[in-house]
Amino acid sequence: MPSEKDVNATIVAVIRTLDGVTPAMADAVTPETNILRDLNLDSIAVMDFIMELETAFNTVIPLDTVAEIATVGDLARAITAEQARTAA
Amino acid sequence: MLGKYAHLTQSLAGLRAAGTNPFTVAFDEILSPTSARLNGQTVVLLGTNNYLGLTFDESCIETAVSALQTEGTGTTGSRIANGTYSAHVALEKQVASFLGRQDAMVFTTGYQANLGIMAALAGRDDHLLLDADSHASIYDGSRLSEAQVTRFRHNDPDDLYRRLKFLADKPGDKLIVVEGIYSMLGDVAPLAEFAAVKRETGAYLLVDEAHSLGVLGENGRGLQEVAGVEADVDFVVGTFSKSLGSIGGFCASDMPGFEVLRVASRAYMFTASMPPSIAASVTQAFKVMAAKPELRRTLMRNADALYQGLSKAGFRLGPTPSPIVSVRLTSPELAVAFWNKLLARGLYVNLALPPATPARESLLRTSVSAAHSEADIRFAVDAITAVGEELGIVGAAVVA
Ligand SMILES: Cc1ncc(COP(=O)(O)O)c(C=O)c1O
Repeated sequence: MPSEKDVNATIVAVIRTLDGVTPAMADAVTPETNILRDLNLDSIAVMDFIMELETAFNTVIPLDTVAEIATVGDLARAITAEQARTAA
Repeated sequence: MLGKYAHLTQSLAGLRAAGTNPFTVAFDEILSPTSARLNGQTVVLLGTNNYLGLTFDESCIETAVSALQTEGTGTTGSRIANGTYSAHVALEKQVASFLGRQDAMVFTTGYQANLGIMAALAGRDDHLLLDADSHASIYDGSRLSEAQVTRFRHNDPDDLYRRLKFLADKPGDKLIVVEGIYSMLGDVAPLAEFAAVKRETGAYLLVDEAHSLGVLGENGRGLQEVAGVEADVDFVVGTFSKSLGSIGGFCASDMPGFEVLRVASRAYMFTASMPPSIAASVTQAFKVMAAKPELRRTLMRNADALYQGLSKAGFRLGPTPSPIVSVRLTSPELAVAFWNKLLARGLYVNLALPPATPARESLLRTSVSAAHSEADIRFAVDAITAVGEELGIVGAAVVA
């Protein structure tokens, strides 16, 4: 079971691969980073980002849960919770 | 109020500065299924979705005129109130029999069919699995439903399977949604493989045959017919605005109890039904489509000629020849310049820009019709090639 810290590191690795995200932007990511605003992602880019995360974490993150996710920290918590649920 | 659209306003200003705004084209006059007058100039239409060229079919026009005279211009009401005439009932019977299905429901547009069906089918605990490159109407339908929405990689049955496995322990029905022919690049879904995933996982399958009805299949029943998986497709959605040359949408199914959707689908109930003249002419268009399979052969011959011509010229196109042939360009600016130069030469095509395109490509999207002559196709290949050379996209400049 990966820790929230591992989850964060994987999220940052995925962010690094996104179109339009510079290495400097990726380096500056913290749990408070706002996904839409700070990473400059439009609605489709967010959906593509989620799909990459799903692949990286071997899970599904339904798009309706994304509505409640604003920051990278929110995302890490949602993924950690989903992984705990499927591991249980 | 409109401040949030600052970036769009800016893009539009850029488009206007580059010539004609591709998104506000208004034709002066439509001369035929394949030609029109635009700003005084005659143009060949190569971006209309008018696959079989039925917009000017005489029998369809006569049927529409007669219904217009006997039943009036509109129904002024919902299908579940005063808006169902015998023409609507006859059209539903026609759709069902054409597709070999038990039942069909007709909507006022294809967009509404997707909204109405997906929102009604998928409830709070259910799961919608959408191809990542789905049409806007499918995304909007998924947002109107209360279901959990998961995207899978475009045309990737293994990725779909993997995601369904993750969802296997979750309650609720799973509905897979794919399209026959994808509208941006003209590529076709691996439907037999999707059907196999559906069978193995116990999911349901909806196929939007918007661009493939009347286009694919020995009998025009779309990709489901070509792939031989009609029995696995639980819901067929489609539109009358493309091969049938009019407007309206439908969903057809063999599912017992399908009728209940008429009082569960909001996009069916809370809007006026299509005018009876439209319902009557679409019914006639189905008959023409069934009686003239040669239209499909001509369409495919034209599609092949355009695809091969542009491919030989060196353009990057979609993966397979289909009635939608898209030229892939490297930037929106280049695409806008290309589009304007084609128009100046008398060729109208569609312009598709990111984010509405897969992988954020800039596309000159063309769609072929059975009504195009061989000369039209040659004219199109020559015009596109000439502009491509002028802009340094193909030809000697590139090879060197
Ligand atoms: C895949 C797909 N579904 C649905 C529609 C909507 O059809 P209509 O024009 O009838 O609203 C379209 C057409 O734009 C489409 O491409």
